[in-house]
Amino acid sequence: MNVVGNSALHMLLAQAAVLHLDRHSILHPAAPQAGHIEWLYWFIFWILLAVFVLMIGAFSRAAGKTRVAVSHPLPVMEKDEIADRRAGWGVGLATGITVITLFVVLVFSVITGKRVEGLTSKDPVTIQITGHQWWWEVTYPNPQADQTVTTANEIHVPVGTPVVVLTSSKDVIHSFWAPNITGKRDLLPGYSSAFWFEIEKPGIYHGQCAEFCGLQHAHMGFSIVAEPVDEFKAWEQQQLKIAAEPSTSEAVRGREVFLTHACLMCHTIRGTDAGSRLGPDLTHVASRNMIAAETLPNTAGALAGWIVDPQRIKPGTAMSPNPLAPDDLQAVVAYLQSLH
Amino acid sequence: MNAPVRRRLTLDVSDLPGVAFGHRNTTWLANVFFMVIEAMMFALMFATYFYLRTRSTDWPPGHLPPALQYGMANAVIFLVSVVPAWTVRKRAPEGDRRAVKNGLLVLTAFAVAATILRIFEFSTLNCRWSDDAYSSTVWVLIGMHSGHLVTELIETVVLLAISFTPKMEGTRLADAAINSDYWYFVVITGLIVDGLIYGTTRFL
Amino acid sequence: MAVAEPILGNDQDTGQSVLAHRLARTWRQPRGLWGWFSNTHHTDIGIRFMVTAFIFLLLGGILAVLIRLQLVRPENSLIGPDLYNQVFTMHGSTMIFLFAVPMMFQGFGVYVVPLMCGARNIAFPRLNAFSYYLYVGGALVLWGGFLTNTGPDVGWFAYVPLSGPAYSPGHRADIWSQMITFTEVSALGVAICIATTILRYRAPGMTLNRMPILLWEKLVISLAVIFAMPAVMIASGLLLLDRLVGTHFFNPAEGGDVLLYQHLFWFFGHPEVYIIFLPGAAIVSTVVECFSRRRIFGYTPIVVSVVATGFLGFSVWVHHMFATGLPQLSESFFTAASLMIVIPTGVQFFCWVATIWHGRLQLRLPMLWCFGFFFVFLIGGLSGVMLASVPVDLQVHDTYFVVAHFHYVLIGGALFPMFAGIYFWFPKMTGRIADTTLGKWHFWLFFIGFNITFFTLHFLGLHGMPRRVYTYGPDMHWHGLNAVASSGVVFMTAGLLVFLVNVFRSLRTGETAGNNPWGDAGLEWSMSSPPPPYNFLHVPTVGGRDPLWDDPPDQPVVVGLRDDIRETLVTHSLDADPQHKDEDPGPSIWPFLASVAVSAAFVGSIFTPWAVPIGAPLVIVTLVGWLWPHGPSPTPRPAEEV
Repeated sequence: MNVVGNSALHMLLAQAAVLHLDRHSILHPAAPQAGHIEWLYWFIFWILLAVFVLMIGAFSRAAGKTRVAVSHPLPVMEKDEIADRRAGWGVGLATGITVITLFVVLVFSVITGKRVEGLTSKDPVTIQITGHQWWWEVTYPNPQADQTVTTANEIHVPVGTPVVVLTSSKDVIHSFWAPNITGKRDLLPGYSSAFWFEIEKPGIYHGQCAEFCGLQHAHMGFSIVAEPVDEFKAWEQQQLKIAAEPSTSEAVRGREVFLTHACLMCHTIRGTDAGSRLGPDLTHVASRNMIAAETLPNTAGALAGWIVDPQRIKPGTAMSPNPLAPDDLQAVVAYLQSLH
Repeated sequence: MNAPVRRRLTLDVSDLPGVAFGHRNTTWLANVFFMVIEAMMFALMFATYFYLRTRSTDWPPGHLPPALQYGMANAVIFLVSVVPAWTVRKRAPEGDRRAVKNGLLVLTAFAVAATILRIFEFSTLNCRWSDDAYSSTVWVLIGMHSGHLVTELIETVVLLAISFTPKMEGTRLADAAINSDYWYFVVITGLIVDGLIYGTTRFL
Repeated sequence: MAVAEPILGNDQDTGQSVLAHRLARTWRQPRGLWGWFSNTHHTDIGIRFMVTAFIFLLLGGILAVLIRLQLVRPENSLIGPDLYNQVFTMHGSTMIFLFAVPMMFQGFGVYVVPLMCGARNIAFPRLNAFSYYLYVGGALVLWGGFLTNTGPDVGWFAYVPLSGPAYSPGHRADIWSQMITFTEVSALGVAICIATTILRYRAPGMTLNRMPILLWEKLVISLAVIFAMPAVMIASGLLLLDRLVGTHFFNPAEGGDVLLYQHLFWFFGHPEVYIIFLPGAAIVSTVVECFSRRRIFGYTPIVVSVVATGFLGFSVWVHHMFATGLPQLSESFFTAASLMIVIPTGVQFFCWVATIWHGRLQLRLPMLWCFGFFFVFLIGGLSGVMLASVPVDLQVHDTYFVVAHFHYVLIGGALFPMFAGIYFWFPKMTGRIADTTLGKWHFWLFFIGFNITFFTLHFLGLHGMPRRVYTYGPDMHWHGLNAVASSGVVFMTAGLLVFLVNVFRSLRTGETAGNNPWGDAGLEWSMSSPPPPYNFLHVPTVGGRDPLWDDPPDQPVVVGLRDDIRETLVTHSLDADPQHKDEDPGPSIWPFLASVAVSAAFVGSIFTPWAVPIGAPLVIVTLVGWLWPHGPSPTPRPAEEV
């Protein structure tokens, strides 16, 4: 599949995902991990609902049975041994049932926990996710440096293959969470940890930072693009390439603007002089559906608006405003849009 | 006065003493609560020390262990100072104002000496608090203990001042005895802090 | 217990007897502005705690309304991220540190405990007054910061490194940390006062086994405060040192550790939940007993449950940290511990049902609020069972599901019992009964509004809405549920307004209460309403768990306490035998001055280290002034108590 077709497919998938209401929900699992947890959730839910009905029933019954509609204080009841003994049995029985119920919850919780965490596959795809204020750096580590894919905010994974996620953070604590896939995991500075998931159905799943991380915690989304293995391989090969040579004169000028302005202070475009890792790698920025950590669609207008005044869209972001001349701006946008 | 007047049974407490020593004293109980609060703080700082220890391969990381001379001198002072504290605690309930005054005087001298040595101790820790997490912990441990030392010094001086007035009687004597309990606390925590910063940096 | 010769005495304190006049003169609190700041009587300080805490409930509520308004539709531009982060941090910090604990533990505790014990004042009344002023100082610091755009914006938990020097320049996080120091010292001071009062100031005969459940709970909470609060003071103290003098406790680049902060914080943070909930449970046990018109069923199981909750509360802190990726074994342990804590709470619920079941229910206002508590807290407790399970928690942690859960627990466990308690003791505090009709309006408006708002939040969480986001995109489809949740605020606000109207109206025109309008058993109902400055004309003795129900009419009273000085009776911690007499230190301006000095030193230290050497001597001077023995006691003369 050629690159244009590939990105068209992505656009289509993205559209479908937007229409799909449940791409960010615990109750619509797309991976066995989230599925196990959803099962456990409903299992506990029905138990608790029964407990709730019983307790409210008991209170209502007790109140209905003994209520006296008198407002002056009634005399205090004498001690009643028989009533106390019956109440004792009732309380004891209820406590016993509580203990058993809790034990059942504990057992199923631990079993589910083991199912969610246990990984048996020998041949997973490994992805390193690094949290930044407020975007996600995504790399697919490879012993050979030139075989390492680096991207941002959009995580491609093959369907039906275990994916191991290694986490770390560059600044504060973030939390990686795609509700349809699996539970969340904190990204802690000074720590690295690993968890895994496996997606069954192709699609685009939404995720978001779940640990408060400062001003733009609200705008720290990501997406997981799950695709058939061959499409994933094709994507990976494409991502490994250095940036495409600009093919139009406008794009050539755009590259010039990019490399002579503040852009290269923070961003990498492999194959050019821009090599800073402070911001997202833009080598294949045009292959992504969204920009600014799922804040804006990756369209010419949105890109231009973002480049000129990111602080208006995402106050506090590390990117500073770039008051470019209109034609310079247009050229940069054209260049960035050519980076498939 | 329209309320009905009738005979009531009574419990007469007029013969009870107006002051209690030892664990019956309410201030003694409050002092125990204070010590529990501060013991929790020390315990959490000790836990912090060992927690941070697990996050580093070298300990102390890139520093010499704190030099021994002042810390050990202070440890000796702490141990010896138990004697006047014990005297005050024993003599106060007996109403021996003279012994209490002398005991407080000696205790004050020890507390002053310990405080002065502590100032020198800071200069021989072989690290600065802003070097790394290890140094921060050492400084806060010893700083926290210094806070208690100075508080106790002030309390002892105030009691000493009272002991030169006729007001050193009754509950003030009880307070002097309670002050000794607090001094024990300062001594015990001081020795543990010494063990941590001088001992574990050398032997663990 | 030595029972002396019978005397002639009055059954009721009409305030007319010679003894009443003498005691009133001896225990009188000074008047005027100076006198106001010198007052050390527990009923006055307790009411001040409650009124102040209630003001902060209203202020925290206004912030909650702002939050709900901002989230009512997607991409709302009402408040930007900078203000929003301050608003939700201020909301959480205000509600926990300036409302819930000061109201439920300090307010009710300081007011009710000495009365229930049969004491003439709280132990260490000056420490108690000092604690109140320090709490006010902390509150002023926090809100002063907020009103000058220096409100903390790092969440009520202030996780590092976000709250550390690198990511939170300025003084916002400093304000938060110092506010913690203020409020925790205040809570610790009151904990010492309350625990000592309960252990030493109980009326003769009130053995541990006869202690009202409320006193048991206050004792357990006091101890929980004493063991838990140091952890948050260490956490916020180390944070402050990292920020102000450049230590590296939480800086991973220099051997520090970010999880250390979380351990310290939650070692306090989870017991804190029980410090807030147990006072509520204490009120519920008291009210249920009174309005079921029978002795509470299961005194011993309830007491054991309360003590067990106090202990277990310290073994569950890690369930706030499941998402950090701890080893599975420790996660399973903390799941088990978190589930276990359900058992003692369950036992209390079962005992309350049994009490009502075998009693004669009178659904007066306080009892109505208890039923609200049963419903709301039950839901919160059950969703808590879900959160104890690691896999489920990993999904709903830090989402609106958790927001829903802990509002059910905290509003259920604190606010509903608080209103029960306020309506219950309002007659004692003011001498008048609050209006029932308005009270019912208050209840139903608040109850319905609460459930509209917070039940909806469960669904938002399940549909993936994270906490602490200042906005969300329209494509997330969260706006419908958010709009519903926000609409509940209208009812809750209306309910609170009705309550305020009720209080102000009932203060002037409410039905006069008399000593014991509900026919309750506690000693606090044996004196006139509001209580005289000496509380008890004769310090009572107690012959059962429910003194006013159990004791025979000829139950002895204590005589022999001097009426010309503020003499109090100290009894044995376990069996409450009279042991000796203490002298209440009486009113003093020094605690207030000391709190001003301490506040100045705390606040100043945020801005310059010189505040410590300058502030410390001031603090010492005021403390010496406070503790320095004053003029000799008047020579004892025989008590004239009749």
